[in-house]
Amino acid sequence: MEQRNGNPVLQKVAFVRGDGRSPSEIRHISARLGVFGQADGSAYLQQGLTKVLATVYGPHQPRGKSAGNMLKAVKGIVNCQYSTAVFSFGAGVRKKRPRGDRKSQEREQQLRHAMEAIINLELFAKSQIDIFIEVLQVDGSEFCVAVNAATLALIDAGIPIKDYAIACSITVADDVTEKDEEGAQDGGSLIDANWVEECSPGFTLSIVSLPKVVDETQTQSSLILAHGAGRRLHLSRLEALRQRALDACKDIRDILDAVVRNHLHTHAAIQSVEK
Amino acid sequence: MSELVSLSLPEKTFILHGIDVNFRNDGRSRLDCRPIELQTKIMDQVNGSAKLKIDDTEILVGVKVEEDTPDENSPSEGKLEFFVDCSANANPIFEGKGGDELATEISDALSLAYKDVFDLTELCILPSKKCWKLYVDVLILACGGNLFDAVAAAVKAALYSTEIPQVKDAAVDGVEADIFVSDDIFNSVKLDVKNAPLLISLCKIGDNYVVDPTPEEEVCSSATVVVAVMPNGRTSGGLKTGYGSLMVETWRKAIQIAKKVGVQLNNEIMKALEEEEKLGPNRALFGFL
Repeated sequence: MEQRNGNPVLQKVAFVRGDGRSPSEIRHISARLGVFGQADGSAYLQQGLTKVLATVYGPHQPRGKSAGNMLKAVKGIVNCQYSTAVFSFGAGVRKKRPRGDRKSQEREQQLRHAMEAIINLELFAKSQIDIFIEVLQVDGSEFCVAVNAATLALIDAGIPIKDYAIACSITVADDVTEKDEEGAQDGGSLIDANWVEECSPGFTLSIVSLPKVVDETQTQSSLILAHGAGRRLHLSRLEALRQRALDACKDIRDILDAVVRNHLHTHAAIQSVEK
Repeated sequence: MSELVSLSLPEKTFILHGIDVNFRNDGRSRLDCRPIELQTKIMDQVNGSAKLKIDDTEILVGVKVEEDTPDENSPSEGKLEFFVDCSANANPIFEGKGGDELATEISDALSLAYKDVFDLTELCILPSKKCWKLYVDVLILACGGNLFDAVAAAVKAALYSTEIPQVKDAAVDGVEADIFVSDDIFNSVKLDVKNAPLLISLCKIGDNYVVDPTPEEEVCSSATVVVAVMPNGRTSGGLKTGYGSLMVETWRKAIQIAKKVGVQLNNEIMKALEEEEKLGPNRALFGFL
């Protein structure tokens, strides 16, 4: 028993989550770029059972409500729509409307902020970039998956970005909180929560970060968006949670980067064969 | 229907002349369909699902089953409801409420086709107390022409894959009825879709009808006849879209063609669905990957 306590690997394994993951493990990620031929850019991303489609149209001439936006003279406009398929929820729940409700509008705005942070909007004056999200299946952390999918779709559309905007959620479940109150470093938090973990009483923090900027500039603050939900959280625990979520973001970035590079390699190979 | 592509007059004339000599832009003859890719049971959290792809057209259908009380007028029948959502993924003009008009048009056509044809009595659990309500939710992810036919084929495939939980026991306690559903998720009843109709749209270009039109061909046409054809060759509904008008004789001709094409397409789809089912639960799942 003593030996086990001394071994950091075994210590981590000691606590296994419902789906067999360790607390700091992200779910299995699979992604595909260029799903649709008609859109300028599109991506499909699947993290665990959460499945999201993202499409990008543009840059094009502003239309609709953004046509009257005064800001468009100096920089481009990002337009987002976040919609959830009515059949996407589990447990026999059916959504009434795919979009337009409060929650979707809030997420639309957050997604827009995240995307505005990574696109060089000064390059796209007098134009508009549309980003449409379609959540096909919900199993927790769907906003985070949507942000990651939107980043991939932007890359597929060939729009220059400063860095990947990577989102990850971290959940502190109530029962774990009490157990680990005794000065545990990670505070018993769970990375990339699934639906069941998200629904349990506790606190969920979703962050959007620029992982590469963190590495290159050694800055501590690279969060572009943070969003908490659930119960109250003591401020002293925030820093540890942020750090852990950031580490997970770096892992996700590496996986998505590999997907993008792989896609470009295959794409280039196909084109050279066609020539 | 909203026009998704714009063509110049010479381009339209080119398509029209091609169809006059029974040779379309992509090499098909007038009554040929494009290849269809179909996959069922691709989602884990619904009772039935299907994904269909014809060229650029991509449709995702999810079927959810809920407990409900039957209508007073039809106490021994379950309920079937269609909902269509045109995703902005397909076209930016569908953003917000932009796709609602087209979505309503398609869901109305589906309701019309399934009305009085689909046997709703098999959805009844306890007459005038409990029944199943089927929500058929269609998501249009990309438009490459021929939405009506694609949606109806995807809906049929999704209904074919739908599994309704087996009811173990049902009891009436006073006014309230209680049902007990089997705990085993594999213990389920398959839905009978042998009567489910397909929609066949015939695009009138020049003097001829064209089956499975591309978006370019849809722009060239002034009127499209949509006919709901059952597997036995009977028609269960029909409507016309577009601004043009048709002679009665032309209508009759359309229904004749739709019958022929519809029966053939029905056979092909059923054959493919049965073949897929034979692959069993361990078949490879592709989805969007």
